[in-house]
Amino acid sequence: MKHLFPICLILVIFSFVATPSACGETLKRVTFLPQWLPQAQFAGYYAAREKGIYKKYGIDLVILPGGPDNPSADMLSKGKTDFTTMFLSSAIQKRADGVKLVNIGQIVQRSGFILVARKSSGILSPNDLNGKRVSLWSDFQLQALAFFRKYHLDVKIIPQTFTVNLFLRGGVDAASAMWYNEYHTLLNAGLDEDELTAFFFDRYGLNFPEDGIYCLEETLKKDRALCRAFVQATLEGWEYAFAYPEESLDIVMKYVNDAHVGTNRVHQKWMLDKMKYLIRPTDMKNPVGVLRQDGYNLVAGELQLKGMIKDIPPFGEFYAPCAGEK
Amino acid sequence: MPRAPAKNKKRKLAFKLSLFILAGTTFIFLAAFGYNHYSSRKLVLKNVEENARNLTLATVNKIETTLLGVEKVPLYLASSLENHRYSRHEIFQTIEDILKTNPDIFGAAVAFEPFAFNPKSRYFVPYTFRKKDGFGVHPPETAFQYFYRDWYLIPRELGRPVWSEPYFSEGGGNTVMSTYSVPFYRFVNGKRTFTGVVEVDIDLEWLKEIISRVSIYQSGYAFLVSQNGVIVTHPNRDWIMRESIFSIAEAADDPGLRKMGRDMIRGKEGFIPLQSHFTGKKSWIYYAPLTSIGWSIGVVFPEEELFAGMKKLNREVFIIGSAGFVLLFLVIAWISNRMTAPIRTLSLKTAEIAKGNLDIKLPSVTSNDEIGELTASFEDMRLALKEYIFTLRETTAAKERLESELQIAHTIQMSFLPKRFPFFPEKDEFEIYATMEPAREVGGDLYDFFLVDEDYLFFSIGDVSGKGVPAALFMAVTKTLMKGIASKSMDLPEVLGKVNAELCLDNDAMMFCTLFCGFLNIRTGEFLYSNAGHNPPIVIRSGHKPRWLDLPEGSAMGVDEDAFYLTEKITLNSGDTLILYTDGVTEATDHDKSLYSTDRLIDTIEKSKLSSIEPLVLEIMNSVRDFTGGEPQSDDITILAVRFGDTSGSS
Repeated sequence: MKHLFPICLILVIFSFVATPSACGETLKRVTFLPQWLPQAQFAGYYAAREKGIYKKYGIDLVILPGGPDNPSADMLSKGKTDFTTMFLSSAIQKRADGVKLVNIGQIVQRSGFILVARKSSGILSPNDLNGKRVSLWSDFQLQALAFFRKYHLDVKIIPQTFTVNLFLRGGVDAASAMWYNEYHTLLNAGLDEDELTAFFFDRYGLNFPEDGIYCLEETLKKDRALCRAFVQATLEGWEYAFAYPEESLDIVMKYVNDAHVGTNRVHQKWMLDKMKYLIRPTDMKNPVGVLRQDGYNLVAGELQLKGMIKDIPPFGEFYAPCAGEK
Repeated sequence: MPRAPAKNKKRKLAFKLSLFILAGTTFIFLAAFGYNHYSSRKLVLKNVEENARNLTLATVNKIETTLLGVEKVPLYLASSLENHRYSRHEIFQTIEDILKTNPDIFGAAVAFEPFAFNPKSRYFVPYTFRKKDGFGVHPPETAFQYFYRDWYLIPRELGRPVWSEPYFSEGGGNTVMSTYSVPFYRFVNGKRTFTGVVEVDIDLEWLKEIISRVSIYQSGYAFLVSQNGVIVTHPNRDWIMRESIFSIAEAADDPGLRKMGRDMIRGKEGFIPLQSHFTGKKSWIYYAPLTSIGWSIGVVFPEEELFAGMKKLNREVFIIGSAGFVLLFLVIAWISNRMTAPIRTLSLKTAEIAKGNLDIKLPSVTSNDEIGELTASFEDMRLALKEYIFTLRETTAAKERLESELQIAHTIQMSFLPKRFPFFPEKDEFEIYATMEPAREVGGDLYDFFLVDEDYLFFSIGDVSGKGVPAALFMAVTKTLMKGIASKSMDLPEVLGKVNAELCLDNDAMMFCTLFCGFLNIRTGEFLYSNAGHNPPIVIRSGHKPRWLDLPEGSAMGVDEDAFYLTEKITLNSGDTLILYTDGVTEATDHDKSLYSTDRLIDTIEKSKLSSIEPLVLEIMNSVRDFTGGEPQSDDITILAVRFGDTSGSS
């Protein structure tokens, strides 16, 4: 990798030099697939596109419609998109499964994945979960299972759908939720924050970095400068989104409306607000956009322990830093 | 000058009257108006609540009837699936029959647990749905993760039939649907085991239709929220399936709306006012649950329309009230003006009367009220004043006439009496001084002195009974007689006897006169004296205390024509003084009616160390005046003092 650095540097400098003419014929047409339906979880990408930040970096970005019908790992491995986002755990699994994807930028540093319970069901601390019915998303069980193991909890795991309705109807005692999404859905279904107990995994030593930017190794090899430009532009897009939240919400709502997603501005506002906290945690001395090896090891180790991967892919092969350096 | 404030006061009376009455009336009117507003508002709200409840419950019933009808279908199928093993064909046929016989149902499916229907297939979910031209069928064995769908998972986990949250129909249409799923069970190895779910999808267009038909007033409407508070139907299309009551409450930061949302999704019923951000304008809302599906319906009543009738009534009442107020104002202004006008006139007239114009005509009394009485009283007063002043003028004129006559009499009387002192400036053998102060213009006291010849000085002092003009006339007679007779004879008993005889003549008025008189030999100091019932004089021997002069017998003159008089004689030494006085001195009274008294007279004389007699007499007069202290003088006061001896040195 090291010998690539000067080349990268030259390319980056070149790309910057080329920026003024970027709006001309040098724009590269690139596709990007967010891992889910349009929402403020991707506000930085939308803002960067709408505010011409990608163009500034020489990228003509096409954002593909994400969602359950277009799983990002599949789309990436099939070459249907140049870049995509994925949870770190999913990505490590895919890499271990042989999909030659690489992380080129770690966007979400702090885990937004939480367990929520009603205080009225007597759940106030991790131990109270013992013997309870907890619903987990089939694809995102790793962190919760590690949590249960850490606290020696014997819980009855119930599958969780895309909604929190089973929890709302009282079918389970605790449910999985993204802090920036389902947690607010609960609030917006009439539950008050003081009626809920939320278990933030990072507070229990189980911080799994989440959304990262991925591309195929092949893409990176072919055009590392492009990867770097994409990551830099994305980070700049996020900065813009945090700096101008109302304008960014307008942009998000435009994508939301175009995709007929049943959400509302208040929900997206909540989400954008939480994303800022997850992407730029104030208590983590972590450069924005960088994947740290300790986080990687924690997640990969947990995957291996659960038998979900056999070998841990080498960090150096998995991660190609494209953020924070020039 | 004092006219201006009086005028001001007059205006104030009418003004005050109007102000108090109008302020009172305004207060009463506003209180009544406020109470009326409050009560009618309460009444309107009560009626509206009643209507709202009826309207809402009628709507709820209509919806519930349909929903309960829909529910029966899968419930029946689930129940028969528990007891009867359908063949693949039978299941399809049954589902198609359901669609054929239930136009409200859009699609129906029976979803089995993995390998429960066909041991070789993980998935088995025959699904039939309506199409424009008949029915469509999903291949049942498609690898479709229905196990992880709400409509399957939730009834499975809850173990009871469940209505799903509303969702948009597949294919991105704008049709809102909801699914009713019923779990069914079979006995496997003697254990009741969850086997699958029967579900029916219903298109909620009909529901929207029912809800949208709810209209009340001009712009009242109904809306529907799901069990999660999501807006299912609402006139604002942008909110449908996107916003929930809670997101709207959060965006508007309205805890009241959030509270209502919580009540709604908990199946409560209520009637509350709402802020305008939810309904566009300030409104009241009635909400009630759709019990079967767990959703809630809200009926919105714009407040301005709710209270439009009341507002109109209020406006009318207010206009009537205002008109009444203006009318009342005019009436009060008129009455107070009318009431105060006679007072004003009266005031002007009395001002004239006060100036002395008593002939001014007062307004004629027309009314029977206090103003009339006041006017009549003023008229009586004016007439009484006029008469009084007339009488007063007459009396005053008479009195003035009398007074002027008396003044003349006074002058004449005074001119009788020797009163220019020193009377005998050329004589230094004796000194004499006298003063008289009549109680009225003219008095009954008399004194006299004259030199009979070179050697003898005659002097006398007298007091006529009674006061005023009769006494003065009697005094004048007495004095004239005394002077005439005494100047011819020095025989005092004879003199007094003659005078007495004269006075007794035709004395029908029975007046009398006391008198003391004597001849002083101004060379030798020999003093011959007689007394006709007069007060004893005081003799002050030089170097001795004053003492009373011994008096010879003799009665007052004018009473007994046979009265006789005696003579006494003393010899005065040089410097001896005689003080003669009338009872006006000793009987002068102070305000307590106590007398000046002879003791006080002696005392005053004794204390006085004055060598000359004029100051002595004046001091006695002052002493008497001081004693009476301004009390009206009741009797004439006369003092006469004589000092014997060479006075050339002392004066």
